[in-house]
Amino acid sequence: MRSPSLFIGSLLVGLFLLMALASYLYPVDPNAPDFLHRLAPPSPSHPLGTDPLGRDLLARLLHGARNALVVGGIAVSVGFALGVVSGLLAGYLGRYWDGILSLLMEALYALPGLLLALLFAALMGPGMVSSMLAVGLSMVPAFFRVARAGAMSLKTTPFVEAALALGAGPGRVVFRHLLPNLLGPLLVQASLAFAAALLAEAALSYLGLGVQPPNPSLGRMLREAQGFLPLSPYPALVPGVALSLTVLGFNLLGDGLRDRLDPRR
Amino acid sequence: MRSFLLRRVLLALATLWLASSLVFLFLLFLPGDPVQAILGLEASPAARQALERALGLDKPPWERYADWLTRTLRLDLGESIRYGKPVGELLEERLPLTLGLVLLGLGGALFLALPLALLALRFPFWDLALTGLMALLQSVPTFFLGVVLLYALAVHLPLFPASGFPGFSNPWEALRHLFLPALTLALSRAAILFRMARGSLLEVMGQDYIRTARAKGVPETWVLFKHALKPASLPLVTVLGLEGGFLLTGAVVVEVVFALPGMGSLALTALEARDYPLLQGLVLVMAALIVLFNLLVDLLYGLLDPRVAYA
Repeated sequence: MRSPSLFIGSLLVGLFLLMALASYLYPVDPNAPDFLHRLAPPSPSHPLGTDPLGRDLLARLLHGARNALVVGGIAVSVGFALGVVSGLLAGYLGRYWDGILSLLMEALYALPGLLLALLFAALMGPGMVSSMLAVGLSMVPAFFRVARAGAMSLKTTPFVEAALALGAGPGRVVFRHLLPNLLGPLLVQASLAFAAALLAEAALSYLGLGVQPPNPSLGRMLREAQGFLPLSPYPALVPGVALSLTVLGFNLLGDGLRDRLDPRR
Repeated sequence: MRSFLLRRVLLALATLWLASSLVFLFLLFLPGDPVQAILGLEASPAARQALERALGLDKPPWERYADWLTRTLRLDLGESIRYGKPVGELLEERLPLTLGLVLLGLGGALFLALPLALLALRFPFWDLALTGLMALLQSVPTFFLGVVLLYALAVHLPLFPASGFPGFSNPWEALRHLFLPALTLALSRAAILFRMARGSLLEVMGQDYIRTARAKGVPETWVLFKHALKPASLPLVTVLGLEGGFLLTGAVVVEVVFALPGMGSLALTALEARDYPLLQGLVLVMAALIVLFNLLVDLLYGLLDPRVAYA
């Protein structure tokens, strides 16, 4: 196999997407408590067991994966849009644009997702929207860096000069010529950012800043199960292992894509 | 060197100013009403007005910004609503624990990552095993790692205390309570540092002078330690600069897992109590710590590589 990390990464990511989709097919309510079967081990009626309130772990896992996909997807989109546009402009226009935007990114970098999430949760109430915004904003500098470096190295290439000679304005050069040629490295960054977004979202919901109860989220599930570990390991292991493998998948996918797309290797 | 130092410090100050202004801007423009959040929907207009005046919210934004900036410059972070104490005083109580945790975590991460990277490069079998293990470790959420360690080494095998912190007056007990939290943080950060160290060592090992060293008969281990380690540590320092934010947010999460009374738990209390001045002060101080960490790493970089300082 030429790239085991690409293969395993795609497999794990595909599994995660299937889990999120399966939440629509699996008929069990993730919030329905079954007080007679609390902390139950896996059985035919509860394939992954139940949590401390007797809720079905498989249902909670599938719905948690769906919420993670939504939060991560929107957060990465926010980071991608803001970071790529500002990075391309900074790299292409240079001069004071570059100076101002780079300084702004430096400042934003000093405010990690968790700090932003604390602020946003205080203003808008903790929940999916504020955590998505916070995680998304915290990803802007990473996309900015990739886009800026790419724009700087491409802007002196003959094809950009040809476009300029044909009378293309800065908007056309940036979005029709630079952006398509940078999609590879940006895609790599997006995959790695998705892994980071999943981790950040889970940490936020573990702290109670993300998806609100009773809505299931992987981080929250772990928090709720933590005190019951000596009684039953399943409620903590199920979300923990699922989350780790998904993040591993996105990390491997990003690494594999980089190896595949990087012309230097 | 001196102009490099000056330039770098000025940049850090500008960054800090901009970051704190961003915090102010977010609080100003995001939807949400602090007064309503504190008093609830059914507060009387008189109570609302009184609180608005107390928080200074009745003034125009630019005046609030000027007030806030001058106070912050005098290191006055305001008074906590929940505790009725100056925010600075509360921070002084909580900062040592968080800072200690971050430093222990960083030290532990380096202590794990560097020797393992050298081991991986020296022995191909270890390389495969360690690279796989570290890729996995990089993907495990910090809090899951913490919960697993907590269960394994504090509950199942009661070697370490599971939670709480007795204070620094008894250093041995303090270290015992900090061991598992610091180990969690160190392991979660070691993965990325290992990858970076391995990558830059690999790159250095392809250089001509390494081939020369091998050709003249220097033993492989000695090549690694004597010839490769120092040049390979430079890119590692760059990565270290990006670690400030991860270490601090990691510490916050770890504090919650192990119920340590640091800045993280203070921030969550502040959020629950809608204690805006405290929350704002905490965010500001944490951002300042990250900028400071970044500055120190940059200065270290200048110290290690004279070319940077003279550029």
